[in-house]
Amino acid sequence: MPPAIEIKNVSVKYGNKIALTDASISIPYRTFSGVVGMNGAGKSTLFKVIMGLVKPESGSVTVCGDEPKLAQKHGHVAYVPQAEMVDWDFPISVTEVVMMGRYGNQNIFKTPSQEDRMIVDEALEQVKMFEFKDRQIGELSGGQKKRVFVARALAQGADILLLDEPFAGLDAVSEKSLISLLISLKESGKTVIMATHELTSLPNTCDHVALVRYTIVAYGPTSEVFTEELVSKTFDGLLQNIKFN
Amino acid sequence: MDIIGFILEPLQYAFMFKAVVVSVVVGIACAILSCFLILKGWSLLGDAISHAVLPGVVLAYMLGIPFGLGAFVFAMIAVLLIGLIKNNSKIKEDAVMGIVFTTLFALGLMLISKIVSSVDLTHVLFGEVLGISDSSAWYTTITLGIAAAIILTFRKLFLVFCFDPTHAQSIGIPIKFIHYSFLILLAIIITGSIQTVGIILVIAMLITPGSTAFLLTKNFPTMLQIAVAVSVFSSLVGAYASYYYDISTGGTIVFVQGCLFMLVFTYQKLMTK
Repeated sequence: MPPAIEIKNVSVKYGNKIALTDASISIPYRTFSGVVGMNGAGKSTLFKVIMGLVKPESGSVTVCGDEPKLAQKHGHVAYVPQAEMVDWDFPISVTEVVMMGRYGNQNIFKTPSQEDRMIVDEALEQVKMFEFKDRQIGELSGGQKKRVFVARALAQGADILLLDEPFAGLDAVSEKSLISLLISLKESGKTVIMATHELTSLPNTCDHVALVRYTIVAYGPTSEVFTEELVSKTFDGLLQNIKFN
Repeated sequence: MDIIGFILEPLQYAFMFKAVVVSVVVGIACAILSCFLILKGWSLLGDAISHAVLPGVVLAYMLGIPFGLGAFVFAMIAVLLIGLIKNNSKIKEDAVMGIVFTTLFALGLMLISKIVSSVDLTHVLFGEVLGISDSSAWYTTITLGIAAAIILTFRKLFLVFCFDPTHAQSIGIPIKFIHYSFLILLAIIITGSIQTVGIILVIAMLITPGSTAFLLTKNFPTMLQIAVAVSVFSSLVGAYASYYYDISTGGTIVFVQGCLFMLVFTYQKLMTK
């Protein structure tokens, strides 16, 4: 089976600023990958490359066997934004947010079809948010907010879920239940990729790890890649209190 | 005089009928746009564009073409200049907007002082809907009508553009195209509204109705309806106030809008105590 994401020798520049150099990564289907690295090391750029939002200067990108633009059309990749990037006062309900996942598939001039509504309801059931479907999105707890955006990804029918700092600002209980939701999604066939600073819990959460420092320093099963040597190389050796195998 | 007579009697005059129609169309278009503008956080950009169009209005006056057309050209110049400077310098966007719009506004003032009489200056700066010409009335009604219809037709796209552009882009919605379409619609609605409320106050039409509605509801369709109701009511009060009491139309419209906002704000603060 070909990998879910295949990035080969990709370089990205913003003006004169180099964001990624000669980065290569091959992420298999049905894995839960953690992407770690310092701020500004290229994690967001990697996500943008996967979503087709930036065009690399060189190298090739394949997402579910498609070019990034075609992958967008097919809705292969769904993005769960950082909490701070969302306007929680926005006059929009839980259902309406999840329905935005259907915009790629539906005729946006028409009211949503019966099928769209069913898909949205099912997605909400799956993340256990159905009973909150008519709430305005600001009226939810941090963990519930995340679940709504995961539901949007499911309604989109995406095979790949990208999550940006999903645990930022969550309490321990919400974090735990979000982790078990993401793991169950992986087991049901999704490919989950998240950028995170939570290095402590990483070995219990992710089966794969990508270390990012202006390129992909290393990628592979957590037990092989999440080692003291490689991680301190990624973080300039500034690490404390992390247990390695 | 009874209330129906109070409302209907002025409408037998063509100039007043025109003024009422134009005010209502301006009220509707501005209200619809305002809901998106405040959610996107582009109020300051609206302010910048509305001031920057002054030289266009003066040049249009010289050339004898509708104000809106000249204004539109300068609205585009302002948007392009702001984008150009922001992307090529370290100056922050709010400062860039401030520089661009004041410079263009100043150019407009220079042109006015050389060319147009002071009576016309007041009209441009503060609006005068009772004296609107037939051609300007048609121009305003048609362009604003079309602009409002476009926004409503594509409202889902504009909403996802305001709420989560990254998601929109990741599923292949052409977000850059929507971005520029929104800017152009903003320019069209600002320039079409100038005749009614004037350059200085048009920004209020684009912020206040949406903000009042935003305080009152958590549902977007309801927000649109409230904004339109608030805006049209204010526009009508403005038009009749000019007719009966010879008070500035634009001034009245914006003042009524501001009072309604304060009323809603105060009511809510008192109720939640």
